Order: sequence, then structure tokens, then C-alpha cells
Amino acid sequence: MFRIVKKQELSDMVTLFEIEAKTIARKAKAGNFFVLRINEQGERIPLTIADFDTLRGTITTVFQKVGKTTHHLGMLNEGDYISDVIGPLGAPSHIENFGKIVCVGGGVGIAPVFPIARALREAGNKVISIIGARSKDLIFWEDNMRSVSDELIVVTDDGSYGKKAVVTVPLDEILREQKDVARVIAIGPAIMMKFVCVTTEKHNVKTIVSLNSIMVDATGMCGACRVEVGGETKFACVDGPEFDGHKVDFALLMSRQRMYPEEEKLSFERFKKIAGVQ
Amino acid sequence: MEETKQKSRVKMSEQEPLTRAKNFMEVPYGYTPEEAVKEASRCLSCLRPRCRNGCPVSVDIPSFIKLIKEGKFIEAAWKIKEENALPAVCGRVCPQETQCESLCILGKKGEQIAVGNLEKFVADYERGKGEVRVPEKPKPTGRKVAVIGSGPGGLTCAADLIKSGHQVTLFEALHKPGGVLVYGIPEFRLPKVIVEKEVEYIKSLGVEVVLNAVIGNLYSVDELLGEHGYDACFIATGAGLPVFLGIPGENLNGVYSANEFLTRANLMKAYLFPEYDTPIKKGKRVAVFGGGNVAMDSARVALRLGAQKVFLIYRRSEEEMPARRAERSHAHEEGVEFIMLTSPVRLIDDGKGNVCGVECLKMELGEPDQSGRRKPVPIKGSEFQIEIDVAIPAIGTRSNPLLTKTMPDLRLDRRGYIVADHETGMTSKEGIFAGGDIITGSATVILAMGAGRKAAQAINEYLKWKFWDTRKFVT
Repeated sequence: MFRIVKKQELSDMVTLFEIEAKTIARKAKAGNFFVLRINEQGERIPLTIADFDTLRGTITTVFQKVGKTTHHLGMLNEGDYISDVIGPLGAPSHIENFGKIVCVGGGVGIAPVFPIARALREAGNKVISIIGARSKDLIFWEDNMRSVSDELIVVTDDGSYGKKAVVTVPLDEILREQKDVARVIAIGPAIMMKFVCVTTEKHNVKTIVSLNSIMVDATGMCGACRVEVGGETKFACVDGPEFDGHKVDFALLMSRQRMYPEEEKLSFERFKKIAGVQ
Repeated sequence: MEETKQKSRVKMSEQEPLTRAKNFMEVPYGYTPEEAVKEASRCLSCLRPRCRNGCPVSVDIPSFIKLIKEGKFIEAAWKIKEENALPAVCGRVCPQETQCESLCILGKKGEQIAVGNLEKFVADYERGKGEVRVPEKPKPTGRKVAVIGSGPGGLTCAADLIKSGHQVTLFEALHKPGGVLVYGIPEFRLPKVIVEKEVEYIKSLGVEVVLNAVIGNLYSVDELLGEHGYDACFIATGAGLPVFLGIPGENLNGVYSANEFLTRANLMKAYLFPEYDTPIKKGKRVAVFGGGNVAMDSARVALRLGAQKVFLIYRRSEEEMPARRAERSHAHEEGVEFIMLTSPVRLIDDGKGNVCGVECLKMELGEPDQSGRRKPVPIKGSEFQIEIDVAIPAIGTRSNPLLTKTMPDLRLDRRGYIVADHETGMTSKEGIFAGGDIITGSATVILAMGAGRKAAQAINEYLKWKFWDTRKFVT
């Protein structure tokens, strides 16, 4: 059993948990993820490790309430327990001094970009960060991101905060003006990562994306998370989650993410009835 | 009359095929005590019994059958447990027809003695009576052993080591112990309560079980042997990564590796969705590719999830199938349609990213290949299509690199399996033993148990002398 030691509502739909998991915190690295299962009936879902504190023995995650499991998770409070927490999983980010880096975080993708930006900065890189979301209330961790970036750009789709733009607009500007960007790291919804890759491909800048496919065991055993990278099938859980974005088949990723529309709806409707969620 | 009775074995009663194909309850009911005695009485008590030689863990088969004859069922269970910690499991999943039973002399004139059925009977009898015997605690040796993976190999090794007086920790990556016994083999073939009981048993012996522990990521093996103070380590992480067919369309929605399909259904209980959260595509027309036990399990799970049609597609003929005879006949009886000498060439997209069909090619048997079985050769122009909405390749696994990639100093073979001595499990690295599918590739529960047992003996020896002979690993 793993205790939730801190809960913070970052917006109506986005929640932060700090979970006590001493051994995972000790081993976690930027780019890792973990899997949790709320209770005996629960499914195993992968979530990003947004931060980790070796001294307190905690890991931090940020999730958006979209379906049954994430809504259920969002109803848990500080002091509550989660049945299973498994990690750290996935290969950590490749960190070295590349020179100049642009980190792009979209929506809840801002959270996992943070430790990567921090590690890259600590390795001596100049870090420019772009964070974006649909609207103001979905932007979080602006201060955190500012603290690990040499420059931070905030955008919203509707212009309710920062610049009114999608993340690819400032990204395109930067890549046009600054020819010394060594690589781009992008984490967010699949559609955002796809357009980031379209943009960076024009400028021929290597781009790393972190793929959030459906997983079950997340240790390579089941293959639920398979993605195509450079025409080859890869398992996001053990071969990734980070891949060269220019080689990723995003259409397939998005199609596979939508494998269970009816089941997800059924499960969520049932949960809403039981839990009295609006 | 007596003569004919002797020739055929006592049938085990089981659920009717059409009833059981709609539920997840165990198929055979098992012998009654009377039936068990009757079947055991067929045993000729040979002077030089051959059955025992066919058992990978050398269970004293003649003795336990004799005890059944005498009505001493509990004693029979203990007799098996001298060599085999998991009789309730082995009675159900061992390929007895190619092992102990294949050597039974009764087979010359009739049916061999039903060793598997009898083993299942006594193990269930012992459990039902609640008289599971916990042996006396041995004198502690002060040595600590880490066992990685709680499948049949790990469970056996841990049970043997704790009986030798060592302190044993069993690490499991998943949230439930049992490995393939829990995620792979379905409820109707091996009820999960049996695995739970076996795990409880080894816990009662003193084994510490740590779940959710992905060794390599959470602790490295070097850390276990170093700061955590373990004196030796047994790696029994199983086979791992599923193999796909290598044909177009394999990443379409509705295409599952057998591992994924079975894990969702068994470990995650997707057959109870939405009461349990994990979903599974309940196909109406399901194709399973392969001819092993895992293929049979997948086909029969698909039926139980409500499929109208389940096709079992295999590129050789039924004779060449590696699946247990019981699994094949159960699948037939339940209505799985066997399409033999057929190989899939592509999976067809419905235009929305879902699989809607499979194109196949007919095969004929040519010359024997490396495995000694006749090699299937495609027949030109024999393409045909089958409409399906779920496809399940069940064609084996390859090595999982999760743990081994964190151990650059451990020797692996070309395919990524750990190089280890088959008699002792000793690897190229001192203090580290390995066994089961992670050294052999996909095999059986009983072979993994055999490896666990041999490794436990070798670990005992190693812990006495701390001597590591690496000569055999020098190339």
C-alpha cells in the first residue's frame, strides 16, 4: 500500500499527488514513469513521474481526469492509500550537454517535462521552455518551469493567459531565429507531439517525444503499448517511452490510444452512477 | 470384465463442454476418493518402475500411487511434496502424456495410469482437509538468498531454500505472486485460489514475498548482493517479450499478443468487466495463431468471453501441435474450429484502424526441419480470407531484457537468454544462478520447477563453500 502524502488540485481537471514510495524515489530519473493500480478491481495505468524527492521518499505525479480510473484517483485524498505503485519504469531520458535545448510541454505533459528540463539545465544546457494548454486554468507549474529554464514562453489556445497560440508557433519562431538549437524535447497530447515534429522536421532539429500508449504490465511482457518507430514495432514501456519523434507513426499511436471507446464510456458511466460524480 | 476395467483409466468427470465454454470455472471436477483408489489400483507396482524417470523433478510416483491404493491420501500428498512443492499445479498443467505417463507399462496393452489425475486428487484432498503440513523450522544458516520472479521456478527454489534454513526473499514485478500461473494460465485450467494457497504455504515456511518489485529498476542485482546483504541470487524472470507474426496489420486494434489477452483476462480479471476496470475486446469472431498450450488457452478464453466463432490457425497439422492432449480435446469439444496447415499472411484493416479479417495461405508438409517435424511449405495461389474482429498471435516469446540489460557483466547468448549451467543454474557471475524460461526460452511449468529445484541444491552447496567455478564460462 502506498500513501498519498500530498494532494493539490492544479485545476478542475488536473490533480497533483505526492506518493510515498521510498525505493522508487531513490531510483527515479527524469523520463521514467510508473504504473499504479488503485485497488483490487483497478486497472494498471501508467503515469509520469513529474518529480521525486529522495529525502522524503516520495514521487510526484500529475494527472488529468479523463475516464473512470483518473476520476476515481482524483477522489482520493491525502492520507489515502493506493494498492500498487510500480516503478521506476521505462528508459530514463538521455541527458548530456547538447548546448541549446527547447523543451515543450503541453497540458499535463508540462509535468514530465519539468524534471527533464531540470536535468538538462544541470548538465549545462541552455534551456528554452514552451508550455501550453487550452486555457489559463490548465496551465500549472509556471514557476517550476521558470526556475529550470533560461527562457520560458507560455501560450494558451484561447489567449486567456500568455500568448494566444499553440506551442508550435513560438517553437517555429525560435527555430527560425536560433540556428544553434541542438534538440527539442516534447511531451503532451499525441496530436501536439505530432505537430511539434512536423515543425522541427522543417528545421531539421532532432526531436525526442515521450509516448503515452496504453499499457498493462509495463515491463515488456504484454506488448499492449506497441508503437511503430522508423517502420519497426517497438514497445513504449521498455524500448521507450522516449523515441525520435521524426520516426514515430503518430496516426497509429492515436488510433491505438482509442482502442476502447465503448468500454471506457461504459466503465465511466457506471462509475459516475456509483460515485455520484457529475 | 476385470480385464477391460484394467485396460482403460477411470475417467475424471467434468463440466459439459457447452456449459463450461460459457464460464470460467474449472473444467474437470476431479476424482472422488473411490475413483482415485480404483485408478491407483490399476498400477502394477512394477519392480523397476519407469514412470519416475519421466518426471523432471523425480517425484516418487510408485510410492504415492501405492499410498492412494491404501487410502492414505494425505501421506500420498506428502510423498509428492518431498520432490515437488506444487502438486496441485502440476497435476493440472504438466504434460504427463510426454513425461511420466508415456513410460507407463500399462500403455502397451491399454491406457497408462493417470498420474496427473491422481496427483491433482491428492493435492486437492490435502488442501480440502486443511491438513497442509508445515515442516519443522530448520536451523538458520544465517545466509540470505534473493529469488527474482515468483513463477513456478522461483516458487520452487524459494520453498527448497527456506527448508534448508536460509533466509529467502521472493521478488515479483507484478502486483500478484505466481508469474505465469497467475497471468497466463486461465482460471478454468488452474483456479487462482490454488496458486494463492501455494504462495501462502511458502510464506508459512518463512519466505518473504515482495510484490511490485521490478528488479533491475528498483534494486540492481549488485545492490541486492552488496548493500542488501544477500549471499546469492536466483533469477527466474521467465520468458517475457511476446513474438508477433511479422505480417502487415499486426498493430491494428483488436490484435493482441496471447500474453496481453491472457493477462487482461486472468490477472486483471477483464472477464468481469466492468466490475473490474480492465477492458478486453470481446470478439465475435476470433482467430488464434499457434499450436501450443498458450494458443489453446487463448482460444478457450475467447469462447468464454462470448465469441461466436473461434478459429485456431496452425501452420502444421494437429499431430505436430505441442499442446497437451487434454487441452486440444477440450478445445475441440468446446467448439474451437481447428484450421490446420494454414498460415496468416496479413491482417486486414476495416479502414478505422481495427482488424476485420485475416488473409491466409494453405500449407503442405515437406521435408523434416531442425525440430524433426515436417516443415510446412506454402501452396501457391491458395490464399483465402476469414472475417474476424480479434486476432491473437500465440507463437512464443523472446527474452525480456529488462533485468539483463542492467547486468552488463552477465553473459547472455545470441538471443539474449542468460547463459547458465543446466544442472546447477550457475551463471558467469559469482553468486548468481538462473533457471527456467530466462535461460531456455519458452518451456513448461514443470521444467521451470525442475530448474528451481536444481538451483536450490546448487545454491546450498555454494553457500557452504562460496566457491565459484567459472571455467565453463571461459571461451
